[in-house]
Amino acid sequence: MQNVAIADQIDELHDPQTFITKYIWSQDHKVIAIQYGLTAIFVGLIALALSGLMRLQLGFPDAFDFINPSDYLQFVTMHGMIMVIYLLTALLLGGFGNYLIPLMIGARDMVFPFLNMLSYWFYLVSVIVLLTSFFVPGGPTGAGWTLYPPQAILPGTPGYDWGIILMLVSLAIFIVAFTMGGLNYVTTVLQARTHGMTLMRMPLTIWGIFTATVLGLLAFPALLVSAIMMMLDKTLGTSFFMPALVSLGENLDYSGGSPILFQHLFWFFGHPEVYIVALPAFGMVSDVLATHARKSIFGYRMMVWAIVVIGGLSFFVWAHHMYVSGMDPAFGFFFATTTLIIAVPTAIKVYNWVLTLWKGNIQLTVPMLFAIGFIFTFTHGGLTGLFLGNVTIDLPLSDTYFVVAHFHMVMGVSPIMVLFAAIYHWYPLLTGKMFDERLGKIHFWFTFLGTYAIYLPMHYLGFLGVPRRYFAMGSMDFIPDSAQTLNQSITISALIVGFSQLIFLYNVFVSLRNGKPAGHNPWGATSLEWQTPDVPPRHGNWGPKLPQVYRWAYDYGVPGAKEDFIPQNHPVTDSERTAGEHDA
Amino acid sequence: MTIETDTSTTYTDPGVDGMVSDWSSDRQTFDLPWGKLMMWIFLLSDTFIFSVFLTGYMNVRLSQTATWPNTSEVFALEIAGTHLPLILIAIMTFVLITSSGTMAMAVNFAYNGDRRKTAILMGATALLGASFVGMQAFEWTKLIGEGVRPWGNPMGSPQFGAAFFMITGFHGLHVTAGVIYLSIVARKVARGDYEKKGYAIVEITGLYWHFVDLVWVFIFAFFYLW
Repeated sequence: MQNVAIADQIDELHDPQTFITKYIWSQDHKVIAIQYGLTAIFVGLIALALSGLMRLQLGFPDAFDFINPSDYLQFVTMHGMIMVIYLLTALLLGGFGNYLIPLMIGARDMVFPFLNMLSYWFYLVSVIVLLTSFFVPGGPTGAGWTLYPPQAILPGTPGYDWGIILMLVSLAIFIVAFTMGGLNYVTTVLQARTHGMTLMRMPLTIWGIFTATVLGLLAFPALLVSAIMMMLDKTLGTSFFMPALVSLGENLDYSGGSPILFQHLFWFFGHPEVYIVALPAFGMVSDVLATHARKSIFGYRMMVWAIVVIGGLSFFVWAHHMYVSGMDPAFGFFFATTTLIIAVPTAIKVYNWVLTLWKGNIQLTVPMLFAIGFIFTFTHGGLTGLFLGNVTIDLPLSDTYFVVAHFHMVMGVSPIMVLFAAIYHWYPLLTGKMFDERLGKIHFWFTFLGTYAIYLPMHYLGFLGVPRRYFAMGSMDFIPDSAQTLNQSITISALIVGFSQLIFLYNVFVSLRNGKPAGHNPWGATSLEWQTPDVPPRHGNWGPKLPQVYRWAYDYGVPGAKEDFIPQNHPVTDSERTAGEHDA
Repeated sequence: MTIETDTSTTYTDPGVDGMVSDWSSDRQTFDLPWGKLMMWIFLLSDTFIFSVFLTGYMNVRLSQTATWPNTSEVFALEIAGTHLPLILIAIMTFVLITSSGTMAMAVNFAYNGDRRKTAILMGATALLGASFVGMQAFEWTKLIGEGVRPWGNPMGSPQFGAAFFMITGFHGLHVTAGVIYLSIVARKVARGDYEKKGYAIVEITGLYWHFVDLVWVFIFAFFYLW
């Protein structure tokens, strides 16, 4: 039988009828996206609260009796794991990936909606298992988000019994959920584009999400397998990661395993994970910048190649997380080199964002503020990455607050700045309402300036050699008293930033009811998701006929055009033809 | 079926630009049903899972200090008074490879529209798969009877039992899932559920099955023969 492209197939779409099929067991990618988004933001708030508790302890040691050392370690662990996996990965791919892929490429839905629905429900189960670990004997695991064996499963580490098991089970379920969603995202982008939507006309958002999903499908297996092996070590007493050990004066039954193997497997997942979070953010910020600067993205093709090259290289840099674990200098040299090479395409992207702004008609809307804020935080976080990528500079800085500051700037704050930009940017499409511009700006300034108040001083603490993950510093000769003053100031800033997120939540929820109707395409954007017949888009997205795409996604400020932008589904006019091909 | 489209990307350059524009393809990148592409991508991901299992196994095999048991003796059987090294594994491998053959024939008959033969051949594939799992269960029982456990064994390195149960167990789960998958699809083929949609599903099922067989070849080479 002849294969017919999805865009050419005759639709048999049945609108879901009941409340349950419409909003709960929904197979509509938009509903699934919102389910993903709300769940992710909910666990994200828990992780934010945990970071507040950590900061209270660090800023004011001894002042809070209810935080003891093992609690502190559990806060650190759960904060890290939730933020990286259950918030960022889930919100960027499960949330924005689900919402934007079909709309931006002109499809009616994902290719396999049922699997997509299952993906969300598995994700929810993984979140529930994760949160259950707060209520089991011993509490959640306190092994740090990297879960390094042998300590993760041995007495002395909080949650070594129940906590770690639930953590590993939850991760395994999450990976299954991600795989089900990820297969859909990749296949949909490859096979379900509408007429005229070639790969090189896709908005960069889709390129970022697509590449990140491919990375996820290839990187999560390493985490899955290491979770299985650690689980066997814990429950059956195998020795994959466990060498012969003496614990509390007793010889343990383990022998012959390799803890370094776990580190390799973990970081073979862990480093691509950084880009699983970063690449969708790169893509979305490119679209926000172009739209609100009313100017085509600078160097579209180079941006696409940069995303793909970063994605590919990200599989060859993992051991730069392991310099202090000890390795052959030749390997250190290799991984330092690949790490520095990855800075090249990344720098290309930063230059292109800045050049997109150059001579643009910049609209300082809330999404734009967050997008520009991202350029700052990402550049700063990225520069410190060059320090840590070099073996000799990494050794003294490793496991200090310098590292904490680095990865929070580059993969904590930066993707979150983009997430805020994206939420504000697409809020009118999701809800049909405008948010409160003034509250949004207040939210931005608190978040952006607060970020610097928190993380700039941490670099300095790191240079002093203040170690991370410690419950309290005590009195160490090499740490001056002023470090404590700095810690207090960081804590106060962190609490202010934390509470200022309430402005965001208030704005999002109150605008649902009180916001002004947004109408069609309030930002004047060219990409397809804004050209739907209904706002918010209905089930099936496009009404009776799929859109036809004639041009790339960045026709802003076209000379001679009626408005300062031309949507992707507008045919090329004669005056354009004579003015020369404006096509990617 | 084609629809008139004005893509206005008509690159004639033979170089990189031409290649990019070929690949950037209107509507679909591969001329395949989406299900087949999705299965290929899943198998790529699953390849990484098994690669990591095997890499992990090889790593612990190199890092452990005790002696590694001699696999050809551990997996030997006495049949009719003759000592045959690795005989059971050889039979299992043969059965699994044979099942790939019946699967390939099923795909051929499916595209020729012969529902009955397709269903029978898929059923045969499932049966061969089930007998593979059965022999694996026998092998597990035998080894457990000889005192091999995930945490240790009388023949030497404890990692031997750990890796054995983990890798063959995970592969066995894949085969079992495949048997169930094959049976469901075979039943639907026999009922005529795919008359309208076409028989790509048989080929998709086949892709999964061949993959499981291929993985076994690697497990055979790296675990049993090494």
